[in-house]
Amino acid sequence: MELLVASAIGILTAAGIYLVLRLRSFPVIIGMSLLTYAVNVFLFASGRLTVGAPPILGDAASYTDPLPQALVLTAIVISFGMTAVVVMIALGAYLGADDDHVDDQAPPEADLKAEDAT
Amino acid sequence: MSLFLVVALPFLGALLPGLMNSAGRQACAGVTFTVTLAALIGLLTNLPAVLAGEVVTTGVNWLPMLGLNVNLMLDGLGFFFASLILGIGLLIIAYARYYLAREDNMGEFFTYLLLFQGAMAGIVLSDNILLLLVFWELTSLSSFLLIGYWKHLPGGRQGARMALTVTGMGGLAMIGGMLILGQIVGSYDLSVILQNRELIQSSPLYLPALLLILLGCFTKSAQFPFHFWLPHAMAAPTPVSAYLHSATMVKAGIFLMARMWPVLAGTPEWFLIVTTAGLITMVLGAVIALFKHDLKALLAFSTVSHLGLITMLLGTGTAFGAMAAVFHILNHATFKAALFMSAGIIDHETHTRDIRRLGGLRHLMPVTFVIATLAALSMAGIPLLNGFLSKEMMLEEATHTALFNTPWLVPALATVGSLFSAAYCFRLIGHTFLGPKRDDYPSAPHDPGPGLWLPPAILVVLVVAIGVAPFLAEPLVKLVTSAVLGDAAALPKAHLKIWHGLTPPLYMSVVAVLGGLILLMLYRPALRLWDAAPRPEAKTIFDATIASAVSLARGIIHPLHNGAFSRYAALMVVTVIAAGYHAWSTGTLGAATRTVQPAGAVEIAGWVMLVAATGGLVFLHRNRLLALILIGIVGLMVSVGFVFFSAPDLAMTQITVEVVSIILLLLALNFLPNRTPVESTVLRRTRDALVAIAGGLATLAMSYHFLLREAVTSPISEYHLANSYKGGGGTNVVNVILVDFRGFDTFGEIIVLGIAALLIYALTETLLDGPVRARLLNRTPDQPRAGDMHPTMMVVLTRVMMPVVLMVGFYIFWRGHNEPGGGFIAGLVVSIAVVMQYMASGFSWTSARLRYPYHGVIGAGVLTAGLTGIGSWFVGKPFLTSDFTYVRIPPFEKFELATAALFDLGVFLAVVGAVMLSLESFSRLARRADAQDSEHPMDIDPSRDPADVTNPAKEGA
Repeated sequence: MELLVASAIGILTAAGIYLVLRLRSFPVIIGMSLLTYAVNVFLFASGRLTVGAPPILGDAASYTDPLPQALVLTAIVISFGMTAVVVMIALGAYLGADDDHVDDQAPPEADLKAEDAT
Repeated sequence: MSLFLVVALPFLGALLPGLMNSAGRQACAGVTFTVTLAALIGLLTNLPAVLAGEVVTTGVNWLPMLGLNVNLMLDGLGFFFASLILGIGLLIIAYARYYLAREDNMGEFFTYLLLFQGAMAGIVLSDNILLLLVFWELTSLSSFLLIGYWKHLPGGRQGARMALTVTGMGGLAMIGGMLILGQIVGSYDLSVILQNRELIQSSPLYLPALLLILLGCFTKSAQFPFHFWLPHAMAAPTPVSAYLHSATMVKAGIFLMARMWPVLAGTPEWFLIVTTAGLITMVLGAVIALFKHDLKALLAFSTVSHLGLITMLLGTGTAFGAMAAVFHILNHATFKAALFMSAGIIDHETHTRDIRRLGGLRHLMPVTFVIATLAALSMAGIPLLNGFLSKEMMLEEATHTALFNTPWLVPALATVGSLFSAAYCFRLIGHTFLGPKRDDYPSAPHDPGPGLWLPPAILVVLVVAIGVAPFLAEPLVKLVTSAVLGDAAALPKAHLKIWHGLTPPLYMSVVAVLGGLILLMLYRPALRLWDAAPRPEAKTIFDATIASAVSLARGIIHPLHNGAFSRYAALMVVTVIAAGYHAWSTGTLGAATRTVQPAGAVEIAGWVMLVAATGGLVFLHRNRLLALILIGIVGLMVSVGFVFFSAPDLAMTQITVEVVSIILLLLALNFLPNRTPVESTVLRRTRDALVAIAGGLATLAMSYHFLLREAVTSPISEYHLANSYKGGGGTNVVNVILVDFRGFDTFGEIIVLGIAALLIYALTETLLDGPVRARLLNRTPDQPRAGDMHPTMMVVLTRVMMPVVLMVGFYIFWRGHNEPGGGFIAGLVVSIAVVMQYMASGFSWTSARLRYPYHGVIGAGVLTAGLTGIGSWFVGKPFLTSDFTYVRIPPFEKFELATAALFDLGVFLAVVGAVMLSLESFSRLARRADAQDSEHPMDIDPSRDPADVTNPAKEGA
């Protein structure tokens, strides 16, 4: 089971990195969402994996670690906020320039000259 | 009045001029004047104590762990400087009221001036050297604003930048020096440091500390070789120049040298560095000043020269030298401020400051003539004016100072400096006011109103009064000098008087004055000689240095930072992997302490779905709609995983967030292209894949080894589990952590969430106001629009579901403390219910029924949470301490009431507000694009292009 979770984290990370390295804003956003999943699952897993012992106090003998869950819960909600901001920025850039490339399209030399000229 | 108030008044008062700006210039200047006057009076209330020889102190602990406390002290030296700063400040404010033109923004000017004034007052009253550093940097920043006040002048901007660069670099050096000093003594309090002369001077770190502190002082006080910034700062409006370069900014370095005099002075290093720098600055400044044609440039270099003089006096390390320095600080502040203001008057009236275009003003501006002449003669060192007295003392001190074992060197150079000083003063008088009246002034000059000439006149009265009756100033000078000397030396017995007899200084003075007159007669040949002599231009060197620093930085940064986001991302990933690999290969790995748990078929099936969806995303991401579906699957499987691994709260959160995220991305996809084109080369994709696989393997290895081992120490959550019910009154430990144990974190998080939503709202507003608006209005959707915008079934269903969902949300919220649920999840559930109304019944219909704006909901949430936290103050508990009790209202079961529930309500409101505000902002964009949103639900959209219906080929294009 540990290997399943660890490999899921690894695969989510790899796919996330690959998509973040794409050239258009949409796949980059998708890639960042994948990385968010990977990070959240990793943080959650730092409490180690326990089946069938939720941290709801009752008669059970032991409970899983509640602290990583609390951390990840807020992380999930905040990551929604951050995704929304990034999507808005990407959308604004696309609507403003009719271009959804994430990279600066002008070569750096031209950029340099433009800076010098001002 | 408390010293705090004296320092704080200018800062607080800085808010007023901006507010009074619309009330007119008189009100604006008046309020500034009143604030400064109040601070000055507050300072003067401490005068009796200072005169009695007491040191007034006051302080509060700010950051005691760092040794940084707001400790203020007022002794003779501090009082002297503070009264100069505030007193001359008053005159400058009055002068500036009449000097500034109608188009200058007076509120802005006086705001900067008060900020600067407060920072200066802070420097001279600080008892803590770290606090002093804070104020020191504040003067650099506020003087930058003042020097660059006329933003439209390139000279002003460049001068301000140069001043900031030079004084800012010096300030950095001084931070180092002060920290070393504090380390040596073990305290950052000046009063302690000043008691430890032997300790500091015997320390091996004395020299580095001295060098760094002097670097700060020399840059601030424009000592050679850092003197070049001061003349360029003359691009500032004249009141600024008069203030910064007579009484304040440049005197800060002098002040610090005087303040530190008891512990730093008296060593050969101090003597050699400070005296030499002062001497060179004095002579160099005087020589350059003579050949400047701009009145303000002449005065600027004369300031440099006089600062050199004071520095040299402090450098000698004798008590008499210190007394002469103090006296000259006073005299210089009076005559130099008067001269700057006179120069400003001439500029104001004739519209030129070029001496070559002036002359003969004596007849046209008699009042200015008298003021400027008296001040200039004082500067030249003519008897019966105050400049003479301190210059005599300087020459006296020079005759006793032997630099490099050459007894004649210092007296000779001091005489040369005085000679040139006299020459430029005579030139200032002669070439501006004397001579024949001209008929080619750029503007017809006449004396200005009293608003402009009264402030310098007051100073000139002082110049003459001290010059004629030096015994008036003697108590003050003695008081200040004893404060400078501290315990390090006894106060000199000498008195301030005009006639000392036929002593060497008198002969030197006579030589200087006569030599100055002769030099002025030979001015034309001397100028030709000067113009022919090669000399380095400081500004060129400075600009070249800056340019080379910039090109060096560019050379390093551009290959890394070339505007390609994917390159930074790749570099970052590779760096992190390399760092991880380094740790992995150098560290050791303990044996596994946990047993591997077996995985059944269901778990493997879930894993396969997750991996398949992720893999599908990588290969099919170009079809963006499909990518959204796939990422939905990933999110769903992650939620299922959370349930499986005993995290019901997380699962509920994840699945609800998933829904709103997908809606959000769908809204965005409405505008973005539907497909991602193939652009990158195969090589590039291979490279990215390699980087990604390396990253994936690294996280896999790390997570796997991590999961097989127990935590090194027992986790703090044992405390949470043990106290959740006892202390927090809830059995859902995750929720108790969120709203109770770590409530402060949660409070911060809902604020962040609210800010993110407001940011999205603001971006939308900006987009809709800008050129994007036109683009959106002209946009034709790339998908055919639906025939029925608001399908009947969906409308009915969502409306039926609304109360049900609200009830579920209420239930989830209320049970959250004991069972999975809580404010976050309830907030998300309710948001989804509201979003469904938008989707089904349309934007207009839903907005019309919206009673509270979402901004308000966010604010109410944050306020509720904050007030709940504050509530615990009233029972004497720290912020966010929670309490709970059990109540029973028949016929219901006994239930719990906790303050944490109120906090959770705040979380709930903030989440609802933030989620809704973000989604609503996105859909507002869409609304602009397709403006025919119907007010009525369940209608058929008649405006739809019929071509789309008949052309199914366009479907899905």
